This record gives sequence, C-alpha cells and structure tokens, in this order.
Amino acid sequence: MDKLDNQNVLNRLKDKFGDQIQNPLEPHGLLTIETSTESIIDVLQFVKSDDVLQFSYLTDITAVHYPNQKNSFSVVYHVHNLYQNIRLRIKVYIDGQNPVIPTATIVWNGANWMERETYDFFGVVFEGHPDLRRILNMDDLGVFPMRKEYPLEDPNRVDKKDFYFGR
Amino acid sequence: MSVPSTKITNNKSVFVDNDPQEDLITLNLGPTHPATHGVFQNVLQIDGERIVSGISTIGYIHRAFEKIAEHRPFYQITPLTDRLNYCSSPINNMGWHMTVEKLLRIEIPKRVQYMRVIVMELARIADHIICNGILGVDTGAFSGFLYVMQEREFIYEIFEEICGARLTTNIGRIGGFERDFNQIAFSKIEEFIKRFPAVLTEFEELFVRNRIFIERTSGVAAVTPEEALSYSWSGPILRATGVDYDVRVVDPYCSYEEFDFDVPVGTNGDVYDRFMVRNEEMWQSMRIIEQALEKISKEPSGVFHADVPEFYLPPKEQVYTNMEALIYHFKIVMGEWDTPQSEVYHAVEGGNGELGFYLIHDGGRTPYRLHFRRPSFINYQMFAPMSSGMLISDAIINMSSLNVIAGELDA
Repeated sequence: MDKLDNQNVLNRLKDKFGDQIQNPLEPHGLLTIETSTESIIDVLQFVKSDDVLQFSYLTDITAVHYPNQKNSFSVVYHVHNLYQNIRLRIKVYIDGQNPVIPTATIVWNGANWMERETYDFFGVVFEGHPDLRRILNMDDLGVFPMRKEYPLEDPNRVDKKDFYFGR
Repeated sequence: MSVPSTKITNNKSVFVDNDPQEDLITLNLGPTHPATHGVFQNVLQIDGERIVSGISTIGYIHRAFEKIAEHRPFYQITPLTDRLNYCSSPINNMGWHMTVEKLLRIEIPKRVQYMRVIVMELARIADHIICNGILGVDTGAFSGFLYVMQEREFIYEIFEEICGARLTTNIGRIGGFERDFNQIAFSKIEEFIKRFPAVLTEFEELFVRNRIFIERTSGVAAVTPEEALSYSWSGPILRATGVDYDVRVVDPYCSYEEFDFDVPVGTNGDVYDRFMVRNEEMWQSMRIIEQALEKISKEPSGVFHADVPEFYLPPKEQVYTNMEALIYHFKIVMGEWDTPQSEVYHAVEGGNGELGFYLIHDGGRTPYRLHFRRPSFINYQMFAPMSSGMLISDAIINMSSLNVIAGELDA
C-alpha cells in the first residue's frame, strides 16, 4: 500500500467531490477541509469506507461558535486513519439562525453521544439522530451555554462590583 | 447477545389479574450507588436479575470546564485538566502542556521529555492499579485491592516529591517542569521499580488463574473489535478486543518512539481480557520507566525546562533583581504574551484511552474554544446498549472494567 500523505488525501477527495471540498488548510500538519451540509454524510461515508483513505475511526465531533459570521456555527469532525496514522479534520459551517445538519450516527454508532453533547452546548440540531436530548446539562436549562453570548458569570450579580474592592 | 428466556412455561400462573412474572421492574441504579464507584445513574428495566434495557443518565458532576477554559489563560487551565481523570492527573496535565507547546512550536529538551514519560507512566500504573483493584473488589476479592493500594500511595509520594501535590497534581509548566526532580524523588522512583514487581506478581497470582475470578469475568461483556471501533472506543478496553491502537505507538509524542515496549492486546474483549491488558500495561510501564531513567542519566543534568523566557515563568529571586525577568513575569501573569492564531489537536494515551485536546486560538489571552476528547465519555456510551441481556452483577463488573471516571465523563 502506498504511503498516504495530506496531498494524496486531498487529491482523492477533490476527485470524488470536486467543488464540495473547499478551503484546504494544514494547521500543524493536520489536513483541514470544509464541506457543505448537503455533502457531509457522503464525505464521511466515503472517507470511512474508501479502500485508500481508510479513515475508519471517528475521534471526535464538536462545534465552535463564531457569532460575527453569518454561518456562525462550525461543526468539526476529527477522523483518524489508524493504519497509517493520518488525521483529517472536516468542518461544516452552518447557519446561525437555523443550525441543522444531518446526523453521523448512521456512519458511526459512537457519534451518538458526541452529537448529543454538541446539541446540548450549542443547539446544533442533528437531523435524524435517534435520541437528540440534552446529555450533560439539566433538561430544563433552556439555553445553549457554550454559545458566546452567554457569559461565564451572571452579569447581574452585585456582590462582585468593582467598588466593593476599591477599584 | 441473545436474551435467554426467563419466562416459566408450562406453569400455571398463580396471579390472574396482575401476574408479576409478566411485569418488568424499573430499577434506578445510582446516582450514588456504592457499587458504581462514582456518580452514575442507570435506569434499568429488569426482568428478575436480568437487564432488559437501560438508559444512562450522566452529567451529575458537570462543571463546564470548556466554558471556564474560554475565560482562563493557558496556565490556569492546567488545574482544570487535573479534575478530568483524577486517577491519573499528570497525564492530563502533560497532555495539556504539550498541546500548548505544539501551538507555540516550543522544542522541549530530551531530558524534560524523559522526565515527563516517567511521570506519565507512574500515573498510568496508579490508574490501572485502581481499576484492577476495584474490579477485584467487585468480584468479591478484597485483599488484592489492599495490597496494591500501598504502591499507589507510594506513587503519590513520588508525585508529592516532584510537585508538592498528590491527587490533583497540577504538575509541570508550559515548557517543562517548575523544578528539577530532587534526589529523593529519583531514589523513590528507583525504590518503586525495585519493590513494585513483587507486589504486582503477588496481585496477579491472586487473580489470573483464580477459578472464581475467571468464572466471574471470562466471557462477560465480550465486545467484537468492529463494535468497539464503531463506538470509537480507545485505550485498554479497545486493545482487549484485539485492536492494537495505542496513541503512544501510532502517533508518538514526548519521544515515545525511542522506547522499547509492547502493546498488549486481548482476544475476546471481555472483562477478563481488559483486566489482563491493564496488568500487562503496568509491566510495560515499568519497562518504560527503567529505560527513561537510563536515558536521563545520559543527558546533561539540571535541565528541567525549555529555554523560552516569554512563556516560562522566571525564578522568583530574579524577578526582584532582574529587569527582563520582571517584564517576562508580568507579561506571563497578565496574559500579555504573543501567541499565534491557529488550531491544534493533540492526543495522549490517557489511563482510559485517547485523551484529546482540540484548541482553537485567536491570539487572545484565553483559548477561543477548547474541547476535551474524553475517553470515558465516549467509552461509556456503549454501556447501556451492551447491558441488555446481562445479569445486574455482570453489568456492575462490566462498568468497573470500563474504568469510567466520573470527572472525565462529565467534564
């Protein structure tokens, strides 16, 4: 088997998906690509089952909130080729008003709780998820706490005002 | 796994209206059940002693570390990582330091890397001691747990000598260690290498060919490699199924590629295999520590951090006498350091598997986003599905062999 490197991986993905693979970067040697909501499941299924790529291990799913962009959530997938030790990061930027993305649980069972955690903290809705409920926070929390608009401490607290501390 | 029928056929039911044999019982196992060693709640539907289905509820000790981390400078995040897997805090600390060093592109001197390897492997032994000892307790063998607990105590004494703390260690700094290992620490590590093999051998003799232990664990909760990989398992429980994925070997960090050690794998993926894999990993950790000590003796002594004054706090006496040191001290403490905009994923082999740190940095004082890939969280999600069909007592030892640590589960 030929040794895979980031360039091979990118070429193979570009051959298959063309314009759907955008903005390739290599921060600290880890190939990062962007794709769209429509093609994310096809991309994940392809990188998992392709004989050359063999990214069969789902390391992580999480999200990042960029409140100043129109597509203000990026859902980030880390997959890993265990045979040749290549990692791949796939990002999907989705709309901040209506954050919906298809579920990856049909590709990996392990995506289940990772997506629930992402939903719990960011409110990203994974369409088709078998059991999309909050997982770490209480059910009636009402907000999605990892979004940037929620401050760490309650801003209405009066016991921490500067003048109590001579400032 | 097929569910053996527990319905009694050819037996006329005594109760006509409401036959208890027809009904399932809902059992709340946890959140504070003594047998689960932590805050875990599982709502189980049981038919007699057999579990029909279950739902795990987690989050009882969620402390929002990812949110807190967005408001803390890098060096204040180390104590947060202590509290993930608190049975092996040094591995978490080192993983976090290495993530930041990767972001800042800091070269770490070899001697410091070997010192880190020693600390991490000691922590791994302490972690596996707990897991295997508790597994023994859950199967009814208490003495093994007490024998090895003394050695865990000794490892904590070594940590105390190195950094002053025992459980939540906050060990090391970005760029190296806060101080060199002193002579007592080195002699304690050497003493540990001498005395631990006898204890571990005794521990193994209590279990490995113990009829009761084998009957209790062999074939219980067997998992195929395909299932394990599809659930993104990692660590000893994945290796027990026969997949030789160890981050130290596949994606080496901290000069692990220079060390000669084996990756033990199991064949059945059952509780017994997980026990054996962890035991063998302790032996391998001992080998690694011996090699690291030998390598340290060949390196120039007294080096315990990288030469990066803009990120590594200067010695306190210099802060009061040296202008440059004062400036660096001020900048580091106030978070006024120049850091690149980038994103990093760094993984280390924690006690339970691949512990990953995904850091997005926008150049500010604090991380823009920090995500912990916590092996306990990801490993635990298979617990409820795989429990259906199991006896309650088997599910309990299955849970203790998964070594789910509540702090890491809930972050």
